[in-house]
Parts: sequence; structure tokens; C-alpha cells
Amino acid sequence: MASAHDDAPMHLRPMHTGQVTDHIARPIMRVENVDVYYGDFRAVTEVNLAFGLNEITALIGPSGCGKSTLLRSLNRMNDLIDGARVDGEILFHGENIYGKGVDPIEVRRRIGMVFQKPNPFPKSIYDNIAYGPRVTGMKVDSMDDLVEESLTRAALWDEVKDKLKQSAIGLSGGQQQRLCIARAISVRPDVILMDEPCASLDPIATMRIEDLMQELRKQYTIVIVTHNMQQAARVADRTAFFTAQVSEGTGARTGVLVEYGTTTQIFEDPKDQRTEDYISGRFG
Amino acid sequence: MLANTTASVTEATTTASTGGPTTPSGHPQRSLFAGRARPGEAVIKLGLRLAATVAILTTIGIIIALLVPAIGFFREVPVFDFLFGDRWAPRFADASFGVIPLVTATLWTTAIALIVSVPLGLGAAILLSEYARPGVRKTLKPILELLAGVPTVVYGLFALQFIQATVFRDWLQLDTGAFSVLAAGLVMGIMIIPTVASISEDAMSAVPMSLRQGSFALGANRMQTSLRVVFPAALSGVMAAVVLGISRAVGETMIVAIAAGNQARIVGGPLEQGQTMTGFIANAALGDSRVGSLEYDTLYAVGLLLFAITLIVNFISIRLVRRFRQAY
Ligand SMILES: Nc1ncnc2c1ncn2[C@@H]1O[C@H](COP(=O)(O)OP(=O)(O)OP(=O)(O)O)[C@@H](O)[C@H]1O
Ligand SMILES: [Mg+2]
Repeated sequence: MASAHDDAPMHLRPMHTGQVTDHIARPIMRVENVDVYYGDFRAVTEVNLAFGLNEITALIGPSGCGKSTLLRSLNRMNDLIDGARVDGEILFHGENIYGKGVDPIEVRRRIGMVFQKPNPFPKSIYDNIAYGPRVTGMKVDSMDDLVEESLTRAALWDEVKDKLKQSAIGLSGGQQQRLCIARAISVRPDVILMDEPCASLDPIATMRIEDLMQELRKQYTIVIVTHNMQQAARVADRTAFFTAQVSEGTGARTGVLVEYGTTTQIFEDPKDQRTEDYISGRFG
Repeated sequence: MLANTTASVTEATTTASTGGPTTPSGHPQRSLFAGRARPGEAVIKLGLRLAATVAILTTIGIIIALLVPAIGFFREVPVFDFLFGDRWAPRFADASFGVIPLVTATLWTTAIALIVSVPLGLGAAILLSEYARPGVRKTLKPILELLAGVPTVVYGLFALQFIQATVFRDWLQLDTGAFSVLAAGLVMGIMIIPTVASISEDAMSAVPMSLRQGSFALGANRMQTSLRVVFPAALSGVMAAVVLGISRAVGETMIVAIAAGNQARIVGGPLEQGQTMTGFIANAALGDSRVGSLEYDTLYAVGLLLFAITLIVNFISIRLVRRFRQAY
């Protein structure tokens, strides 16, 4: 297994333009030649990407281009979908998470996920946080401390510390989403995948989550799918733009990675016309 | 006053709408307060009300039909003697109406049936809802529900001839007579499995997928997700399934009438025979007791007790569900 903190710069694979677009100093995950299928339908093709340690990477692109599909394949959540299949390699600390003998459960513990719609368990706030450590058999000195620590990191502790025994369903949407983030970090993952985490939240709750992400990136690597260009520009170090390519023969729409680079470069100096059209709102 | 305001608002709305776009296509412009009559809806409403009324009237009718003869019974036999007496001999010269022997038999058969049907039924439900592929579930579930339709007399004969006579006495050489509450309870449990399984499967399938995803994303396995997330979230439905199972076990008649025994004695162990409350009613109702006689009224007293037990079970379960409910 290759070292996770390989300091040697890594060449990303060339994009379709044939140029090297970026260097990532410390990649924690690399996506190599990945195609994702649902049955016979190829939803995403030929994706090459790397995610830098303690960086926030945004995946953007029009609806249906396969952002969620790619994100789910990063922690094997699409194992749960009948017929979903991944070709190519997804390396996590240099190890293929789809390799033989890899335990998908361990993959998901190390690579957590936050969903578009907050999905707290119908349990107490405390039990929501304690659930992950309990089921994964994490060695914990004090569960109370771990719960407090997770909630504090998710910037929720002050709001809920007096009602830990109350049901999480009673929280507001924004609080529920922060609870879900706290729940995700309770098992001490390396990477947190977020699929439009602010899509169901108001602007204030969204700002809180964005601030929180800035805080979290000190310890975690974050990959976020967002439809909000400003959000990508505000939070992400790097941005990957995807689009759906329509095949001439069958008319099938397949997601492709168009351009990947630092957020500044993507937003200020896009190399691909499609990227420019999309971020300037001239798309489709 | 109120009518007045409404009228003026209507007027205002109408005037306002004339100022609006007057495109001929789309819905015709109409005042919001016009109170459009929908005759079809009224008929449907009436039909539904009628159905509800019939159901309620039937229930009230059953209660009255039980109460009237039961009151006659309790005029002769003190309630205390009935509920706590330990000798049941309604037909004897020195008649005694202590219902405890019947209750013990019912408790035994019900408990045994639940020990069989709850774990197996819930297991089947988890298997179907959480493990089976959609195609498998679609074929297995109707088959399971078909099992619930086997006539209980068939189960009764199976309990008597196969379980009791062949398995217990011939094969296992158990020290038991022609009947036992164990044989009746076991088979009754098998009969109830589909009920428990089907209803709890419905409840678990109704738990949102997003909760399972949340659990898997934390590194939980399928078993943990099923038992710690899906199951508690479906608890009220699962409880309903178990309560229905209990009600069926308490009320089941044919199996116990055939296989449990017909002597009303306090049951001390699973291999003993015993007459349950329903078993007694079935036996006595087929007998030749005169309408209005004390013996005849006895039936209704026992029937009322059965009804009360079922009510209490329902009541307790509602309380339990309220306390442990995890609504999503
Ligand atoms: N579970 C599934 N089974 C079959 N096809 C799917 C499934 N999920 C997604 N797809 C298909 O894969 C393609 C990509 O979907 P995906 O949800 O990944 O897009 P997306 O970029 O996340 O879109 P959005 O921005 O609307 O969330 C779509 O054509 C979609 O219909
Ligand atoms: Mg999506």
C-alpha cells in the first residue's frame, strides 16, 4: 500500500484536452478511469480526479450529469443500488476501494457521507451521535465526551447540550443537517462526502454549514456536490466541472469530467468553453 | 354579518377578476367563494359515512349481545367468584364458575404461540424487507400470506394427529396424553407467523430508505441497520403486528378445541391438556343448553372476559408504542 502522505507532487491524468491541468501535493483519494454503470446504462465515464488532503473539492455541473453517482461510488454507497457497477480504480491512501478483499463497511467508516436531505435517525440527539461509534465497535473512553466533541465540531453543541435526550426529529432542518455532520465525524473518518448538503436549508443555515466546512477541512478532506456556484466559489479549493454528453448513436446521456482545477482557475480562467458557459449561466 | 363580509369579498373578487387577463383557454374564471357543488364527492362522503356507521353499530351490537346475558350470569354468580375461583364445573350438580382453569390454558397456548410466532415472524419480516431482493420479496410475500389462509381446522388436525400423537408420543416418547397445550400452542404459533411477518414487513418497508443510507454511510452492516435503525423506526407497526398475533392467539378456537384438550383444569405444564376459554365456548355452544339458562349465560360471561382481555392487550400496546415510538 502506498503511503497516504506522499509528499511528491502527483500528476493528474490529462483531461480531454490532453493537457495536465493541475498538481495536487497530497492526494488522499484518486479516481482513475472510472466508469459507473446502472445495469447497462453508463451514467459516468472516464473520470480521472484526485482529492487533496485537507482540501475541499467541489463537484459541479448540470442536473443528471452524474455528480451524485460519482460521489456514491467514492465510498461504495452505490453497492446498495441493485445493478450499480464501477469500472476503473478508486484509490484511497493508494489502495483500490473496489479491490479484492476490501470491506465496504470499513470503506464507509473511513469515508463518511452527508446527504442532501437531513436524515437523522428517529432517536435521541445523543444516540444519533453514539450510533456510529457503537456499531463500528470504536474504542471510546467516554461516549459522553465523544458526543460533546462531535457536536462541538459541528457547531451544534451549544444549541442542543440541554436536550441531548430529546428526539433529533424535533430539531430544525439546519440543526438536523449539522447533526448529520456531527454524526458523520463521530466515527473519525478521513474524508467526508457531501451531496448538496445545503439544498434544503435557508441562507443562514447554509452560511453556518459553509463556515463549519472551513473549520472541518483542518482535519478532514471534503468532497461536496453543489448546484450553487457561489457556494463552490466560496468554500472549495478545487472544483471539478462535469457535464452530460449525449451519444450520437443511442442518445444516451453520459456524465464526463470537463475540467478540473483550482476554484480560482475554474471560475476566473476556464479553459473549456462548456465550463465558461456553465459558470456564467449561459448553459443549455 | 359574516354572510355580509363574504358577499362583499365575493364582489371584490369578481370585480378584480374582470380586470385580470381574460384568456379563453384554461380554467374558467370563477370566484373562490362560489362554493362549487361537487355532487360526486357528496355521494362518496355519504358512502364512507355509512360504512363507518355500520362498523360502529356492529361493534356496539356485539357488546350488547355479550353484555345482556353476561349480566344475567353475574346476577347469579358473584364477579369475584368468577374471576378468581379455581374450579370450573358449570355442568355439575354442585356447579362452580371459577374461570381460572380456562384462563391458565389460554395463557399457556397463547404464550407458546407467541414464543414461536414473534421471533420467527419478525425474522421473516426482516429477511423479506431488508435482505431479500425486490423480485424475491414480490414472490415470497404472497406465498406467506397464502399460509394465513389455511383453514384452522387443518392446523388443528395437524396438531392433534401429527405433532401430539406422532411427534410427541411416538417419536419423542414424551409423557403426555392425547392432548396438550404445547401441541396446540406450537401449531397456533405457526399459523400466526404469516400475520406477524406480513404486517411487520409492511411497517419496515415503509421506513424511508434515507435512514438506511445514513446507517450504512457510518459503517454499519446490514444486520445493525436492520435491528438498530429500521426495526425501532418501524416499532409501532411491529407492535401492531404482535398485538394482532396475541389477539389471534387468545381468540383462536378450532386448534385449541381439537388439540389442547377439553377438561377444565388448571394447567401446570406444557404437556398437560387444558380447556381454553374459546375451547369451552366452542364445546358448550355446540351442547344443548337452554337459552336463558345459567349454563347458557356462562358462555357470554366467558365471551365478555375474552373481549376484555383483547381490549386490555390493545390498550397496553398503545401505551407501549407511545412510550417507545421513534417516529420518522
Ligand atoms: N439508482 C439509479 N438507478 C438507475 N439510474 C440512476 C440511478 N441514480 C441515478 N441514475 C441515473 O444516472 C444519471 C446521473 O444521475 P445523478 O443522480 O448521479 O446525477 P446528478 O448529477 O447528481 O444530478 P442532480 O444534480 O440532479 O442531483 C442520471 O441519468 C440518472 O437518471
Ligand atoms: Mg445529485
